[in-house]
Amino acid sequence: LILGVIVKLLFIVLVVAGLFLPLITWIERKQSAVMQDRIGANRADVFGLTLIGLLHPAADVLKLLAKEDVVPAGANRVLHQLAPVMALVPALVTLAVIPFGGVYTLGDTTFSLVVADIDWGMLFVFAVGSLATYGAVMAGWSSNSNWGLLGSMRASAQMISYEVTMGLSLVGIFMCFGTLKLTEMAVLQDQSFRLFGFLEHVFGLGVPGILDWVRLPMWGIFLQPLGFILFLTCIMAENKRPPFDAPEGESEIVAGYHMEYSGMRFGLFYTAEFLEVPVIGTIVTSLFLGGWAIPWLSTADIVGGVSSVFGQGFAVGVCIVLHVTSFLLKVVLMIWLQMALRWTLPRFRYDQVMDLCWKMILPISIANIFVTGASILFLERGA
Amino acid sequence: VIDFLFYLFAALAVAGALGMLLNTRNAVAGALSLVGTMVSLGAIYVLLDAYLIGVLQILVYAGAIVVLFLFVVMLLNLRQDEFSPERLRFAKTAGVVIGVLVGLELLLVLPAALGPAAEIPTDFGGYRAVGTALFTDWVLAFEVTSLLLLAAMVGAVILAKRRID
Repeated sequence: LILGVIVKLLFIVLVVAGLFLPLITWIERKQSAVMQDRIGANRADVFGLTLIGLLHPAADVLKLLAKEDVVPAGANRVLHQLAPVMALVPALVTLAVIPFGGVYTLGDTTFSLVVADIDWGMLFVFAVGSLATYGAVMAGWSSNSNWGLLGSMRASAQMISYEVTMGLSLVGIFMCFGTLKLTEMAVLQDQSFRLFGFLEHVFGLGVPGILDWVRLPMWGIFLQPLGFILFLTCIMAENKRPPFDAPEGESEIVAGYHMEYSGMRFGLFYTAEFLEVPVIGTIVTSLFLGGWAIPWLSTADIVGGVSSVFGQGFAVGVCIVLHVTSFLLKVVLMIWLQMALRWTLPRFRYDQVMDLCWKMILPISIANIFVTGASILFLERGA
Repeated sequence: VIDFLFYLFAALAVAGALGMLLNTRNAVAGALSLVGTMVSLGAIYVLLDAYLIGVLQILVYAGAIVVLFLFVVMLLNLRQDEFSPERLRFAKTAGVVIGVLVGLELLLVLPAALGPAAEIPTDFGGYRAVGTALFTDWVLAFEVTSLLLLAAMVGAVILAKRRID
């Protein structure tokens, strides 16, 4: 059991932190270059070898490691050194509850591809995410700098506000799935439903033949399209990347809360921000994009189909590979989406960020909860 | 293992509380050690099978309330000499009185707690059990609480607005 946990931990940490993290700075450079119609990220070359800019991440890390670690005079040393760690840890810990594959049975043993399969998985994500605020707050306050303090004030206000709406925007999806457990949600999303089935359920009408064939995967994004948009907005605001980077806002407050950091300690803030991008990808994927599920092809279908020809063990193996690949592909899609948004939208002014949260997202998500509740009641009554 | 974890988190909680008390010069550092206490308390709740309370402890207290404390402390930037001596003396006396009362209460409760542990229902402490209890048996208390919070919110807005106007 412990061996299994270690293997899973290694897998998810290596994939997300080891594979996505170095690549993601490269992806960001390349994607911004494409979106801004330039070539971009090709100047780091070793003996004329540029590898389409893939050497840039390595150069970044070398530079950050070699730089002097400056602690400003008048800073609170302990907190100043602790803050980058506080910023990075929550992003890493969140990965523990994300299922990157389903539950498989091979002979007598059943195993599931998630590190900690806890009953209140999504609450865990919220709780850990709420601790991320301290990284920014400690950083700005401990460095004894006006810009840093302004940055951490902005960061804490923004993160607390968006935490509230982030929770509320997800209540709808919790109501649909009736669980907070991420693995259960993924299993539920491994099905499909008849898009026009409600005509029959609620109104007692017959569904015309062709329309009856239209099936959608039972993914969160189809059950709660509004919830998806609201949640994505909130969680991107939590991450403080553009367009929600008012806490850094270099045109107003220089670099905000991590202004007094240099070398690898700055690198840790940078890492935390970049690591959050794939982590957000995994959370959104597990909630709204079906997790590891493959649309219109349930686990039973795959195992049944393959095992009739090649045997049970091989079928489960194929299933695992397909599911993990599908999960990672969706995560890559979400990374692309976040990057595209980041390079499309200009930074919101600080008051606009707060207005968006309290005056737009909060009422809309409460309305979403009400409509969802009413619909569920209506559908159950009909059936 | 559970015993060890309990003593670990209990020690951390006490250390955090002491850190808050001893950091009188520096309110921000004090608030941050309070976070340590809150997180440790959350862990202890989890060890007691009260998962929902444990998570809410971290989510609400460590994640939101102490951040608001910090927010206020950083905004006001108070120093100790800005308080009047009478006020400080009153705060100290009140602290001692409350401490003694809570200590007495603990002494009274302790013998009952040392008896055999009560049987725990299977769904104890999960969000389903708590939610069902909250919205069936205790729905009146729940609604009254929300009314109270609404009143507090309206009051805060009115106070803030008066100052702006």
